Amino acid sequence: MADLHFELVTPEKLVRSDEVHMVVVPGVEGDFGVMAGHAPFMTTLKDGSLQVFKTAGGQPETIKVSGGFAEVGDKGLTVLAESAEA
Amino acid sequence: MASLKALKLRIGSVKSTQKITKAMKMVAAAKLRRAQQNAEAGRPYATRLSEVVSSLASRVTVGPQSPKLIAGTGKDETHLIVLATGDRGLAGAFNTNIVRAARKKAEELQAQGKTVLFYIVGRKGRPVIARSFPKSIIADHDTSGMKSPAYADAQAIADDITDRFLSGQFDVAHLAYSEFKSVLAQEPQVDQIIPVVPAPAAANNKGSTASAAVEYEPDEEAILADLLPRNVAIQIYRALLENAAGFYGSQMTAMDNATRNAGDMINRLSIQYNRQRQAAITTELVEIISGAEAL
Repeated sequence: MADLHFELVTPEKLVRSDEVHMVVVPGVEGDFGVMAGHAPFMTTLKDGSLQVFKTAGGQPETIKVSGGFAEVGDKGLTVLAESAEA
Repeated sequence: MASLKALKLRIGSVKSTQKITKAMKMVAAAKLRRAQQNAEAGRPYATRLSEVVSSLASRVTVGPQSPKLIAGTGKDETHLIVLATGDRGLAGAFNTNIVRAARKKAEELQAQGKTVLFYIVGRKGRPVIARSFPKSIIADHDTSGMKSPAYADAQAIADDITDRFLSGQFDVAHLAYSEFKSVLAQEPQVDQIIPVVPAPAAANNKGSTASAAVEYEPDEEAILADLLPRNVAIQIYRALLENAAGFYGSQMTAMDNATRNAGDMINRLSIQYNRQRQAAITTELVEIISGAEAL
């Protein structure tokens, strides 16, 4: 299965732009995982951690984010966060 | 013909001018690097956000209860031009170009019978606009105090503009600034920021199969209510960053030219000075020799 295109952007810079297996995003109504082929979806974020799974079953990398949006579209997952730190 | 002394003074003054322009060029170059990094780092967010907003705008069915920032006021009478320029001069045609682009837009709009208002950000735009479009400036925001554009400033400007929009002072807002292409090229831009411009039809059609099923959490309205004001702030922030980078780029180029011109001028004046000095010596010699011969 194709990898998911994942982008994490803050007003200061483009933090990540990568092909990954799965990302778990802290949505305002609960965390959700996004893999390639996810249905179009848009939500605001709550403060919390993104978990980025580079490969299936691998150890997740966590990135703290606060405020912002996540959009899942044909192009993949775009997280627009107010701030982000690894 | 200027006297030797006058020439010498002139050379001295051009030399000190050259020192100043050289120093300004150096300072601009140092600040440019910083500003350029900031501008380039800020771009992805602004472009992504405006992509998201405009794709959202093209999907959402505009109803009477949808947010005004997306639906507009339903009128197209009064246009606001947010004019973002630098605070200082000595940067070549940088400020002039932005102002010219804004004026062109304003004249176009006036030709269509619209009312045009101005919101001035930065010091250099005000005098020209006040002269050519008297009484059209509704507010101005002084940015001369800050060293580099901060998001908080952009936020404050955006809030002010949004409030004025919601209270019905204008129907459409444009943002005039200078896009930083490279150190040598800055391109003045006039973009519409309020209401949001929906994504072009082509992109819309392509995404239409997927867009039918987009899910929103918590819901469309809540997301839009949060997203739209932020979009305005981010677009302004981006304009400020691009302006800062463009300003220093332009200033660096202008000061480089000035330094070079000063160098040329010093060369020309020195040649003139030396010729005159030689002429004076020759005359003196001729006088002495002919005096000796007469004895």
